[in-house]
Amino acid sequence: MEAVSTRKIRVLVAKLGLDAHDRGAKVVARAYRDAGFEVIYTGLYQRPEAVAAAAIQEDVDVVAISSLAGAHGVLIPQLIQLLREQGADDILILAGGIIPEDEVPALLEAGVSRVFGPGSDLDEIIEYTKVNVKR
Amino acid sequence: MTVQQRAAELFARLAAGDRRALARGITWVENGAEEATALMRLAYPRTGRAHVVGITGPPGAGKSTLVDRLAMELRSRGQTVAIVAVDPTSPFSGGAILGDRIRMQRTLTDPGVFMRSLAARGHLGGLSPATGEVVGLLDAFGFDVILVETVGAGQSEVEIMALAHTTCVVVIPGMGDEIQAIKAGILEIGDVFACNKADREGAERTVSEIEMMLDLGHMGKPGINRWPVEPGGAPPKAAGAGAGAGAGVGDALRRLDRTGHHSAEELAGAAGHMTHAAAHVAARHGTANPGDVSWRPPVLKTVAKDGQGVSALADRLAEHLAFLKETGRWEARREQDAALRVQALVSEWVARATLARARAAGDYERLVRQVAERQLDPYSAADEILKNHWGR
Repeated sequence: MEAVSTRKIRVLVAKLGLDAHDRGAKVVARAYRDAGFEVIYTGLYQRPEAVAAAAIQEDVDVVAISSLAGAHGVLIPQLIQLLREQGADDILILAGGIIPEDEVPALLEAGVSRVFGPGSDLDEIIEYTKVNVKR
Repeated sequence: MTVQQRAAELFARLAAGDRRALARGITWVENGAEEATALMRLAYPRTGRAHVVGITGPPGAGKSTLVDRLAMELRSRGQTVAIVAVDPTSPFSGGAILGDRIRMQRTLTDPGVFMRSLAARGHLGGLSPATGEVVGLLDAFGFDVILVETVGAGQSEVEIMALAHTTCVVVIPGMGDEIQAIKAGILEIGDVFACNKADREGAERTVSEIEMMLDLGHMGKPGINRWPVEPGGAPPKAAGAGAGAGAGVGDALRRLDRTGHHSAEELAGAAGHMTHAAAHVAARHGTANPGDVSWRPPVLKTVAKDGQGVSALADRLAEHLAFLKETGRWEARREQDAALRVQALVSEWVARATLARARAAGDYERLVRQVAERQLDPYSAADEILKNHWGR
């Protein structure tokens, strides 16, 4: 006898490094919640190690990183590397915030699926997430 | 791979200490995945070892911060700790924002700590529907202590009492008369009370109000973790402030078992550690029935944000565990839990299988329609479904 399946998409919304601006992260978290997702919010000033540990323990489908302080070029690839080392390579990685155009290709190269800049449409973020969740 | 094979493969990894496998297993049981039952079957023999501690209290009492500090304290004592934190699900979207990790920054990368956030998913008792299974997996993984933080609780989120061996109720100063208002709610289920934010004005008063409430003995009949309420009198303070009775009472009682009736003084003399009140209770009841030994919930002051009182809280929780084991309550509880679990599964599976057969035969829809149109009452409809579709 099996239980009745009720799958929910789980998203970790994270802020990496010394970046105190979490309004965008909260808006995105709220939009995900309103779309029926379960959102784990870690709060500010997270090290990549802590975000990777949280992503694994919470068994999330998506890690959405909000960056407004310029350290994304270093910290996001570090995070992705940590996840891969721990076998969590089926997690969809999204980035958003203030990320200059010319830095986007390097992030995509590192394993970010998509970068959402300022003014991104929340519905589009949600739709993209639903379609691209890897499991 | 079949469902069984996938479950066996994941369980082997989980049993070998793979935290990612543990996390995935939790997702399975939360989602009611088809592998979940097979996984729980494999995990069950390894459960029953962890001390499950519930942390409950109103929203904003500081439960998450206290849990974080408590986890640190337990780690410093060499214990491994799992944390399960439940937050509400939106009744509108079915989504949730799980924010308990924000307060749990100190232990996030410690390999001896594992933390999982659960959404209540529409369940109303303060927990989520799968919390019991999640705790089972963490237990099977081998954590020494499992801290279960409920959603911010009001008056009736008392489910944690059935899941946890030890329930810690967290309150804050300034609740004033609200203590009166909630004393018949979650305040009844505490084995240990923590008055958090005790650096605020009114802490003394809040503590004394809880103490008074406990002394009034309004708690009704003794439950599995409760103390006997003496007719017309205050509940005995056996394990009160020091709660040191845990270690000695069981020994003393085992001795009493062999020797029969004694005066209170003799009993107290017979057991060095035994408090006078515990001896008094044993003597009063004239027997060494372990159920007669009491646990008077201690009331502590804590300031979770800087760790004050957390060591004392960890002591009280450990003493309560010792008390449960010494007095036979731990064993009694295991049997009770086993019975409840089997009963719950039988109810659930019988209902699901019976309804599935009734649906397949078309009877379900037909009968429900008749009930809706008042041609049939629901009792007769249920009776007919059971008569025709229950069983093999």
